[in-house]
Amino acid sequence: MANEVCFQHIHLENAWTLKVYESTGGYSVWRKILEEKTPPAEIIEQIKASGLRGRGGAGFPTGVKWGFMLNAPSELQKYIVCNSDEGEPGTFKDRDILRYNPHAVVEGMAIGAYAIGATAGYNYIRGEFWEPIQRFEEAIREAYDADLLGKNILGTGVNFDLYTHYGAGAYICGEESALLESIEGKKGQPRFKPPFPAQVGLYGKPTIINNTETLASIPTILSKGADWFVNLGVPNSGGAKLFSVSGHINKPGNYEIPMGTSFKELLEIAGGIREGHQLKAVIPGGSSTPVLKGDTMMEINMDYDSIAKAGSMLGAGSVIVMDDSTCMVKALARISHFYFEESCGQCTPCREGTGWLARILHRIFHGQGRKDDLDLLENVANGIMGQTICALGDAAAMPVLSFIKEFRDEFEYFIEHGKSKVTGEAAL
Amino acid sequence: MLAEKQQANTLLSPEDCAEIDRWIGKYPPEQKLSATMPALRIVQDNHGGWLTTELMDAIADYLDVPAMAVYEVATFYSMYELKPVGKHKVCVCTNISCMLRGSDDVVTHFKNKLGISLGETTSDNKFTLKEVECLGACGGAPMMQVGKDYHENLTPEKIDEILAALD
Repeated sequence: MANEVCFQHIHLENAWTLKVYESTGGYSVWRKILEEKTPPAEIIEQIKASGLRGRGGAGFPTGVKWGFMLNAPSELQKYIVCNSDEGEPGTFKDRDILRYNPHAVVEGMAIGAYAIGATAGYNYIRGEFWEPIQRFEEAIREAYDADLLGKNILGTGVNFDLYTHYGAGAYICGEESALLESIEGKKGQPRFKPPFPAQVGLYGKPTIINNTETLASIPTILSKGADWFVNLGVPNSGGAKLFSVSGHINKPGNYEIPMGTSFKELLEIAGGIREGHQLKAVIPGGSSTPVLKGDTMMEINMDYDSIAKAGSMLGAGSVIVMDDSTCMVKALARISHFYFEESCGQCTPCREGTGWLARILHRIFHGQGRKDDLDLLENVANGIMGQTICALGDAAAMPVLSFIKEFRDEFEYFIEHGKSKVTGEAAL
Repeated sequence: MLAEKQQANTLLSPEDCAEIDRWIGKYPPEQKLSATMPALRIVQDNHGGWLTTELMDAIADYLDVPAMAVYEVATFYSMYELKPVGKHKVCVCTNISCMLRGSDDVVTHFKNKLGISLGETTSDNKFTLKEVECLGACGGAPMMQVGKDYHENLTPEKIDEILAALD
């Protein structure tokens, strides 16, 4: 079964409108909560029971995160923030949720706000996403007009104001505390944790930040039930999830399938590998997650534990497929260049280390590699791992370590011969 | 000082100010700094696609925040332009998923067609070619953004059509 949660009605014409969303049961959960005055703790329990884990990449249990807010002082302003700063290379699911099902995000945010006691929320959408921004803002307008947002919603005394904030080109703002800094009008540099945002968040107030897909899943989970959702998936990986499949694949795109589906099946759904080529490697969860050999991937399933056991991470479900035409040196050089570009510059190991990684890989890829460059790469990568305020440092190091581990021969060949083992060429 | 401030503020049009005010209203009253990012975007869009120091100073004055706070933001985020750009900003993604599907050929095609490399502007100031990091549309790789619009599954022919349609 596919498309049962965030994508359940996106095949319909004008799926993004309030009319179509409501015709498929949209806002019925929000209306019911408002009408019955469902106790927030009850909602949080259901989300916990559903097994929903954060879909932005970290996989933290959503219900547990929301539960942190039950202890927050009741007199404090609280915020809910949606993270639509989708920027991890290989990830493009939130864009489609915002374009085709923006009301699910609005409803998910409203329910989340009610559950955690927030009366205001922001959706942080990356600035390049102009079309998704328009769709989401139109959804907000429609929801206000229908009295589903704002003050004294449907006469129940419940208040929730929802706003957008646009990013302006910075991958780091997908990190939740950098995102809060950005809403506050500053450079997107991550904060030390603790305190966590649930204690000291936006404008210093208790704040919950969830990914777009996470929030868009909430209405369906509550309408069909926690049991239904958890049973879609496998133990420890409840539900269905969007997988963004890109690279050397016949039908790139977003596929919402149950957690625990085999990679082999996902590959088939996405049209398989180009004719005349073999699967070589897969980055299963976005560019920061360790690369795995194609043969390994063909044996595993798309869930947190299965991928972790194989040595990588499910991440945001961003599956980058590479066939046998891929030069792994070139691929890694490009990925490392990205992390160098996007390091916020705050922590020395990351600011300097990402530059070293990018420069060493650049010279290998240009036929100028040195004998001990692989040792140097590993040394620098290990010097970044775990030494930084946020996860960008690890995100830069993991691809380097895994590419060298899985495809060492290609790197050695490039250094020795000054050209790619796969293409026979070096960059000019 | 006051005279300078008034002068700076004349740089912002009533339309700029009205739009910025709408954004200020989204944040708590004591958090006007939050409107820095939207203000930079609005002013950049309305003033030829890039930000002069004078425009940034005018934003700082308007929001009543230190000029340095505005410069910090303007230099941190990649969508703000601090040098002149052409009428059409063409942003080509060359990150991993686009690379796997031929973004090198896209860049080469632009070089051949417009005679400029990444980071350059045509002599008629019509196009600026910019290399960007992942724009979150990897399913349509290779892709680019021209102005506000995404263009996916690029081929040389498709690029020619897109460019021909721009005035």
